[in-house]
Amino acid sequence: MTDYMHAFDLYTPASLADAAKLLDEHGKDAWIVAGGKDSFDWFKDRHKQPRAVVDIGGLKELRGIRDGGDHVAIGAATTLTEIEENKLLRDGFPLLVQAAAKVASPQIRNSGTIGGNVSQDTRCTYYRDGFPCYRAGGNSCYANTPTAMNREHALFEAVRCVAVTPSDTAPALVALEAEMAISRGGKVRTVPAEKFFIGPDVDITRMTVLEAGDILTEIRLPKKWAGASSYFEKIADRETWDFALVNIAMAARAEGGMVKDVRIACGGVQCTPRRMTEVEDLMKGEKAGPELEKLAQRVAARGAKALNFNHFKIPLMGNLAARAVRSLA
Amino acid sequence: MAYTLLGKNFTPPDLHAKVTGAAKYSEDFRADGMVFLKTLPSPMPHARVKAIDVDAARKMPGVVGVLLPGEIKQPKDAGHAILTAYPVFVGQPILAVAAETEQQAEDAIQAVKVDLDPLPFVTDPLESLRPDGPNALVGGNVANRQGVKLQEIKWTGKDFAKAGDDKLPMGKAARVWSFGDLEAGFAKSKVVVEESFVSAANAHHAMEPRSAAAYWEGGKCHVWGSTQSSSFAVPSLAKYIGIKPTDLNLVSEFCGGGFGGKAYSYPLMALPALMSKKLNGRPVLMRVSRAEEFINGSARAAFQGWVKMGFGADGRVLAVDSYIVQDNGSTAGFWDFQNFGMATSVILQPEAMRFHGIPVLTNTPPKGAQRGPGENQTANILEPILDKAARELGIDRLALRLVNAPGGGPNGKIGPKQAPLTSAFLKEGLEQAAAKWGYAEKIKKTGKQANGKIRSVGIGQAYHAAGYNGFDGMVRITPDGKLHIHTGVGNLGTYSYAATSRVSAEVLGYDWNNTVIERGGTLKAMPFNIGQFGSNTSFTMTRTNYAGAMDAKQKLLEIGAAMLGGKAEDYELKNERVVARNGSGSVSFADAAKKAIELGGKYSGHEVDPKLNPLTKAAVGMIKGTGLIGVAKDKLPKKGIVPALAAAFIEIELDPETGKVEILDYMGVADVGQVLHPQGLDAQIRGGAVMGFGLAATERYIYDPAYARPNAVGFYQAKPPTYLDVPAEMASLAVEGAVDEQNPVGAKGIGEPVQGSASSAYLSAVSDALGGHMFNRVPVVSDMIVNVVAKQPQSYKPLQVNNQ
Repeated sequence: MTDYMHAFDLYTPASLADAAKLLDEHGKDAWIVAGGKDSFDWFKDRHKQPRAVVDIGGLKELRGIRDGGDHVAIGAATTLTEIEENKLLRDGFPLLVQAAAKVASPQIRNSGTIGGNVSQDTRCTYYRDGFPCYRAGGNSCYANTPTAMNREHALFEAVRCVAVTPSDTAPALVALEAEMAISRGGKVRTVPAEKFFIGPDVDITRMTVLEAGDILTEIRLPKKWAGASSYFEKIADRETWDFALVNIAMAARAEGGMVKDVRIACGGVQCTPRRMTEVEDLMKGEKAGPELEKLAQRVAARGAKALNFNHFKIPLMGNLAARAVRSLA
Repeated sequence: MAYTLLGKNFTPPDLHAKVTGAAKYSEDFRADGMVFLKTLPSPMPHARVKAIDVDAARKMPGVVGVLLPGEIKQPKDAGHAILTAYPVFVGQPILAVAAETEQQAEDAIQAVKVDLDPLPFVTDPLESLRPDGPNALVGGNVANRQGVKLQEIKWTGKDFAKAGDDKLPMGKAARVWSFGDLEAGFAKSKVVVEESFVSAANAHHAMEPRSAAAYWEGGKCHVWGSTQSSSFAVPSLAKYIGIKPTDLNLVSEFCGGGFGGKAYSYPLMALPALMSKKLNGRPVLMRVSRAEEFINGSARAAFQGWVKMGFGADGRVLAVDSYIVQDNGSTAGFWDFQNFGMATSVILQPEAMRFHGIPVLTNTPPKGAQRGPGENQTANILEPILDKAARELGIDRLALRLVNAPGGGPNGKIGPKQAPLTSAFLKEGLEQAAAKWGYAEKIKKTGKQANGKIRSVGIGQAYHAAGYNGFDGMVRITPDGKLHIHTGVGNLGTYSYAATSRVSAEVLGYDWNNTVIERGGTLKAMPFNIGQFGSNTSFTMTRTNYAGAMDAKQKLLEIGAAMLGGKAEDYELKNERVVARNGSGSVSFADAAKKAIELGGKYSGHEVDPKLNPLTKAAVGMIKGTGLIGVAKDKLPKKGIVPALAAAFIEIELDPETGKVEILDYMGVADVGQVLHPQGLDAQIRGGAVMGFGLAATERYIYDPAYARPNAVGFYQAKPPTYLDVPAEMASLAVEGAVDEQNPVGAKGIGEPVQGSASSAYLSAVSDALGGHMFNRVPVVSDMIVNVVAKQPQSYKPLQVNNQ
């Protein structure tokens, strides 16, 4: 409501090691920003008021896109526009480029980072408005009541919380089997994108595995999917500056329409990007065409549990799956 | 008629400042010692404040003042408060704090403790009308600023039971009117269409929030404010502040959008001035956030309605019966519901009609006039119904509209009294645009395309009353020969303040480069003019400026005679000189201005018509003796209602798999009489269309009835369309041959119906693409289309509001 941030100490470390030190020093009082696109919303609404804000957006170690041999590595603080314009990615991983190009608006993509896009919090309006819901540490879900306005919310895996992943790049990274490099106290571990995103059944207060002290440093795209066929589509109310109602990302290897390998993930339907494993399974070894489209459409949203206002996502998921199949024909 | 300036493009004088960023809006101003104000929003939708504890806040660093609701003389309108101890919607400001920095002010707000006693609340008008439904205000549940006093009206259980779930219940109305023989009209109709419907609310969301700043000096209050109007805002703002209008200096040079939400003054605009007064005149700035703008700005009223229409075999509308339940918000609101009746009677010219309406209060932000208030909701509901009737009659959709649309000049009628319209060329507009746009060819290409999408065509029409009279025009010719056109109309952003000012130069035969528009603040000596709202500027201000210039013209002629001999009628104006008709001599306007100063009296502004508005007299007082003053009230004859009329044609492709709609082609046509500024008109038609597409398709206004808290306050949540949602090219057209005889230059305005005609054309096309599916709901969001194609029910209950 107020649109005026609280007072905080802003740190701009010169190295990843300094950043790690700062995070260690301030513990749970620390908050990482890079582009700041998600964070400043929280601060301006004063629903989150961290005392120490560590800006890692300027760290050279976290910027840029490089060929890592068996993978292409993207620094977490690389902007979405840089991803959109990068030749390595445009040539090898158009799926991610297409997804990045659909994020928010050109202005936001110019400063918003890939790390931020995958680490951002959910957009549930009740949660963002400061309702004391489960995710905020309370004991209720306000988005799943008889009167709740939940057009944007989940069809699947809703355990107390019905919030969804808002990211456009996340489904693409899951489809591309990306590895997320996470630094903590100087040590780096990697987590598959599919496991990086976590649902309310794992931890209802987080959207990712990242905990206090963790820094997402790099996203690695294995060359397994370089040059693969891709399909990305985002359905939103507007063509820009909007979150997906549903999005779909597919990486596939096909020859003459025959699908050899495929991975599909869908955003906006559960807390994490949802693998369309049934669709993948029925596609493998099959030829893309109307029959396969129909089958994909039929199984795409199997198991969905609609809320008051979101059952339109069920046929929409089916239609998007059919369109992904159609793109291979 | 051929004019030198009117109908020609020009660069409005404030354009460069807007493009370069030099333009200063109210929150751009700073002054020495300025402090910052923040308000405490109510967390509850309806409550009484039991106790306020500001002790901790007062002790916070930088805090210089606290203003409580009890310290303010509140406006009398139902629910309309500057600060309140009786909040009636979530976010309504309860108190204000001023501090050295904005952050300190907000920190102090966070430290305030307020104890609230919650009261019953309601967000759905129909719920409030139920026999045991809650009232949004303690004093009642029905009110409207157009003659409906705050009262309680409840409908019976039978009223609701008879209607069932799908049809609008229709109990006691607050307003009923009719004309013609309704029963006979329905009896002779070949097709009767009956529909219940919902038109959603949507916030104004002006780009510039309603920030304001103020200070006091020498007994006068200086306010920088964001308002569509300049002089029209002065009396009401002075009243909010509690001073005489002549003691208020208002700066309102730029306005970053209003759409009716900043038509003139509003309660919050007075808050910095009231805080400043408490601080002995220290400058106070209140920056309003986007969320606060949603809360304190207003919104278009939602409708829950029912209409029954009877059509003859040729499509002629023989009878209309209707009922509108208006979501009035928490204040006296605007009379959108009444405009449903007016707009229907104008666009369709029915032979008989009955209108019922009731404005019901809800615990949501105040609903106010938004671009085509009521008329554009009407267009959105009616146009798909006209299509349905055409389909059932087996006639062309355009033909049905042509048989009903008013045209041919001063022939149309309006409302219960069937009062005359000053001019109407809607029929000609439809015909001309259909021919230029290629309607007949485009309609042949509709249907399923090779890309799987469905192509369709839509037609829209809309109306708004667009003209007033009786305001004061004022010009001044200074001894350097320049013409100063003083205008108080305001600067909404359409540049019509400048286009209408050109009438003064046209009357006096001035080179436009030798003129100055004096505007933007009371210190610029603004006459009392109409505000910049209601599509009226073109009609009203051309008359007003004509009156002022004609007074100057007469004085120039008299001065010519005084200087060179003879009578005034022996002279004429040519090339900025007063010239003897017999060629015997001439006087420059510059010399005439010097002479006016020398002559004094009426020529120099030392004597004025006592019937001028007091604010105009005060303005003349500021410039008297500095040149030749032309100042006069518009006493030109006017009979009837001035109709702004627009129509639109749209071609879309609808993707049945995603519900996405792409606009392929669009043409808007406006019945404006004499075009004043072609570029300005084009921008109005296209800009109105963009806003209309939002109204029809994407804009959201969401309240969970359990909490009555808004769920879509930001731009990204409320979703007005962006450049990327509309075609890069859209065509505009002015009706050729149209002229309004009751305007001295034949002009009238168009700002509002260019939105409604676009939105209704869009809805007409979407319905057509889906085989005539009647959504009976606005907006039609993509998920609704997906549900229709998937043959599954919609998510909302039939008459639910505030859910999209």
